[in-house]
Amino acid sequence: MRLLLVISDFIIPVTVLLIVVFGCLRRVNLYEAFLEGAKEGLQTVVEILPTLIGLMVGVEVLRAGGLLELLTKLLTPLETAFGFPAALAPLTLVRLVSSSAAVGLLTDIFATYGPDSFVGRVSSVMMCCTETVFYTMSLYFLSVHITKTRHTLFCALVANFTGVWIALVLVRYVFGVG
Amino acid sequence: MLNVIWGFFLIGGILTGAFLGRMDLVTNAVIDGGKSAVELAFTMAGVVATWAGVLKIAERGGMIDALAQKCTLFLDFLFPEVPRTHPARKYIAANFAANFLGLGWAATPAGLLAMQELAKLNRQEGRASNAMCMFLVVNMSSLQLVTVNILAYRAEYGSAAPAEIMGVGIVATLVTTIVGILLAKLLEGRGH
Repeated sequence: MRLLLVISDFIIPVTVLLIVVFGCLRRVNLYEAFLEGAKEGLQTVVEILPTLIGLMVGVEVLRAGGLLELLTKLLTPLETAFGFPAALAPLTLVRLVSSSAAVGLLTDIFATYGPDSFVGRVSSVMMCCTETVFYTMSLYFLSVHITKTRHTLFCALVANFTGVWIALVLVRYVFGVG
Repeated sequence: MLNVIWGFFLIGGILTGAFLGRMDLVTNAVIDGGKSAVELAFTMAGVVATWAGVLKIAERGGMIDALAQKCTLFLDFLFPEVPRTHPARKYIAANFAANFLGLGWAATPAGLLAMQELAKLNRQEGRASNAMCMFLVVNMSSLQLVTVNILAYRAEYGSAAPAEIMGVGIVATLVTTIVGILLAKLLEGRGH
């Protein structure tokens, strides 16, 4: 754990260091290149701002209206019928829509069951192998004006639910259900 | 598809809100949603601009080309219709590398640049190309080596061994990425 934390402290500075040293060796005009990139980066943020606003209004309205909770309640009996822990049902849905809301649910689970409980471990692994699908898709596709997204959503959802299932199976196998 | 989802978010949210008597919350959401997006954009602006700047240095120094070169076979497999000399490749490689290292903020500018380059190769306006679908599927299957945030939360809530789930997490993320890639490969031939 200590080593991991050290690595995580090092990873960003070392990445920057390597890039800058390499740039120096290749006689790149460092500051000029940085400014040019930063300018492009800022323009990108401005361009995606409308998408962000639309997306967050949509997600906030969905959450405030209570539809996610309703869906969770409806799906829970179905999921428990397949041997899926009821405590994890909200997280599987919310994770697709909002990263911050998912973290909120995760810490709720940690507070209620403890991070070293079965559901605590499964939800930790789930967070590692799933992604906020709708956010990512909207951001990237709308940045280049794509509306026909073809099989992307289906593949992403299958990958996500595979992640949930594999988390459950692996944690049960490695740590047991205790 | 995105139209349908977004419309569903709004219509579903407002109707359930009316049904469950939570219209006050919905009202706040309509107003605050835009506000939190702008706040997020402010945070993003600094970080994304910084990483885009660093990325440009790496690009000028030839580092990203070298990275793309290293991933040639992998990129050939995933994106057969993107020529080896095309700039899309290096941005895709940079995005994957940043994601893999857990540098989410650094991945975004590279990812957006990759989409722009892929859009130049796209012959059908408004319709995602195979390469775009594949790129996003890999992105959304969350190929990541270390998820430090999760470990930090686990530690915060008193886990005896916060990092014990890491091995399982890596296996799980590998599996989801492979499933995503294979499924996308399987489906991309359709609809021509």
